[in-house]
Amino acid sequence: MTVRVEREDFDVGTEVARLTAGRTDIGAIVTFSGTVRGGSGADAITAMTLEHYPGMTEAELARVEAEAGKRWPLKASLIVHRIGTLKPGDNIVLVVTASAHRQAAFAAAEFLMDYLKTRAPFWKKEMRADGQARWVAASECDREAAGRWEEISPPGR
Amino acid sequence: MPVKILYFAWVREKTGKAEEILDLPADVTTVAELMVWLKGRGPEYAEAFARGDVIRAALDRNHVKSTAPLSGAREIAFFPPVTGG
Repeated sequence: MTVRVEREDFDVGTEVARLTAGRTDIGAIVTFSGTVRGGSGADAITAMTLEHYPGMTEAELARVEAEAGKRWPLKASLIVHRIGTLKPGDNIVLVVTASAHRQAAFAAAEFLMDYLKTRAPFWKKEMRADGQARWVAASECDREAAGRWEEISPPGR
Repeated sequence: MPVKILYFAWVREKTGKAEEILDLPADVTTVAELMVWLKGRGPEYAEAFARGDVIRAALDRNHVKSTAPLSGAREIAFFPPVTGG
């Protein structure tokens, strides 16, 4: 169970290899990586800057990861979130979940992303092609996506 | 008791500062009361907290509602709804 907030880029293959090295109890690995959308037309962006709340971000990601570990029988998990100025196509976020069987890994990865999006203190500012900078507004869809997990009780053990 | 107040994203841009140490009056006991008090500190604060209903808060690095009592928190943060991921 690891959480990292960093400026550097990550390599999905390297991260998965590191997370699962020497492990024979894992049967399923799910990875989600999010990248910067460039948009088009009036919505085209040239860069995106991610600000965060040092200290709280790591704590909140660890809480979200611990919650996933309570709900599903995970063997390992990793969250990497980048900060600083990124360009369209760059990696922003990586979530890796590993379990004995695929269902837990799929569900936990989706849960981690949904919770991260509504709880982890990151803020995106877009630099538009016309030179204007704009803070990205929070999405109602993201809140609904996170909200639906409230109705799903953790599986029994 | 001095507390550290942090501002992020557009709340930081509007107040013009990332953090400050303030002595809070004894009658400021909740997050919502603190936002009202901050608004009175100057036009930049009034502007930053004009849409107080959308601003989120954290006490000692935990998300809280605006009705939450400050209850001795040492670090209080104000920010817009988060947009990571």
